[in-house]
Amino acid sequence: MTKTAIKPRIERLSVLEQLDTRAPVLLVPILALIGFVSIPDPSTWLTLTAAGLAMGMMIFLMASGLTVVFGLMDIINFGHGAFISLGAFAGFTVLGALSGWIESPSVAMNLGAVLLAITFAMLVTGVFGFAFERLIIKPVYGDHLKQILVTMGGLVVTEQLIHVVWGPDEIVLARPLALQGSIEVFGAAIEKYRILAVVLGLAVFVAIRLVLIRTKVGLLVRAGVQNTEMVEAFGYPIRKLFLVVFMVGCALAGLGGIMWGMYQENITAHMGNEIMILVFIVVIIGGLGSIEGCFIGAMLVGLLTNYTAYLVPKLALVSTILLMGVILMWRPQGLFPVVKAH
Amino acid sequence: MPEPLLKLAGVHTYIGPYHILQGVDLEVPQGGCSVLLGRNGAGKTTTLRTIMGLWGAAKGEMTFAGESLAGLGTPQIAQRGIAFVPEDMGIFIDLSVQENMVLAARSGPFDKDRLDWIFQLFPPLKTFWSNPAGTLSGGQKQMLAVARAVIEPRRLILIDEPTKGLAPAIIKSMSDALVELKETDTTILLVEQNFAMASHVGDTVAVMDDGRISYAGDMVDLARDTALQERLMGLTLEAHQ
Repeated sequence: MTKTAIKPRIERLSVLEQLDTRAPVLLVPILALIGFVSIPDPSTWLTLTAAGLAMGMMIFLMASGLTVVFGLMDIINFGHGAFISLGAFAGFTVLGALSGWIESPSVAMNLGAVLLAITFAMLVTGVFGFAFERLIIKPVYGDHLKQILVTMGGLVVTEQLIHVVWGPDEIVLARPLALQGSIEVFGAAIEKYRILAVVLGLAVFVAIRLVLIRTKVGLLVRAGVQNTEMVEAFGYPIRKLFLVVFMVGCALAGLGGIMWGMYQENITAHMGNEIMILVFIVVIIGGLGSIEGCFIGAMLVGLLTNYTAYLVPKLALVSTILLMGVILMWRPQGLFPVVKAH
Repeated sequence: MPEPLLKLAGVHTYIGPYHILQGVDLEVPQGGCSVLLGRNGAGKTTTLRTIMGLWGAAKGEMTFAGESLAGLGTPQIAQRGIAFVPEDMGIFIDLSVQENMVLAARSGPFDKDRLDWIFQLFPPLKTFWSNPAGTLSGGQKQMLAVARAVIEPRRLILIDEPTKGLAPAIIKSMSDALVELKETDTTILLVEQNFAMASHVGDTVAVMDDGRISYAGDMVDLARDTALQERLMGLTLEAHQ
């Protein structure tokens, strides 16, 4: 070919623009620092920070599936809370069956029971997600209003199914012995269960990141979030990928559900619906479709809720709404906006 | 006469309430470059998208290499060896140039010789291999869009207005690349508004008007008949130069 005068050119971001792009990552440490300055006792601050991070991690588990499903499939799933509740009840069934394990002094048996409960919860919610997508979501692809209506309907039906199977009453969910009580770190009491929640949340975040960045499936998901049509034009059956992602999203909600249930130590059929306000706030703060944004948004919500509950209890309920308002004024598309093709 | 690679017979397509394609009859011969010309809104883009299955044909027949495309989804159509470069290029801007190419190479790792050939066609892609595609200039994005379509051997490439909004030097480069591409086994169906570029690259031509093919023939005949150009498109080759 003729060598025409095309000089390689690339639009480089200025230092300020690069800082602005990465600024959201600094929000969590900045908030922790504000908490440290505002809370007089360092050990109280450490306890609240650990509680906030644990709460954030559990919200992240519940919200991560929702944000990926929205980003990739453009589905607004108001029924997501049903999977949180279902996961909690499925996990409860396993923990109930393994009561000997959770009451045992053996840490291995305790953790084994939790692991089995988590696995079963994810399995049940993943399979239920398959049916939910085929029966409820599939007929309303591309129609947001109908999606809201039918997924709300799906939520109600699922909650009623939970009543039918497990009864309408609130159920107490006891944690295994090894996860009861707290340990002392620098004079601060940190609940053992919260440490597990943080470790599990981090592990899931790292695993999702690895899958998204290192695998072809992850590449397809990232591409599909931006331009579904083009992925199909490359020959990939994206509808099958939609289904798998939806099932994984539901399974993560189930995982979040059983973890949240053990955290609260009681479960109800409405628990998922009740936590959905925080889940939606996290997804909106993070940027619809962004896993990184969801993670940071969940940490911010967890920390802020705990700090304000200690410092200004009357503000605790509205603090997350205020946080969302401030962030949306700064970044109307959320912390990590996902650019979609139109 | 050899069987055409792609044949559309009486194809109708609706977009919502609008009847866009109103009985398109089009034959794309094996090899070379066929150009689809026409005024804005004539139905050129809709024709390409209908072939790819992105918009469903309400009526009519489409056959590719003798096989009907009826009932096939976009992925299945692509798997038969048809690549598509849309008007908006369809670049995944948050992915790197390399990741864009990896996605396009559906059957597995890159063929090194083919990748070298692409780098020779579009040198900036090698320079910015690891950069996010969103930071490329418009011309470089168009190069990437075409490169994705040819990273694996395809039987037919549908390209929608590859010169739209590009600088003259880039148009020349793109034009040369398409000439080189059509010398391979790949057939090109090109939608183009730039008649100078279209006449340089094209072997056969079809002109669309109001959702139908109003003229089909050899490009060389249309290129030298200014009266025909004026009648079909309201513009002449001279007007483009």
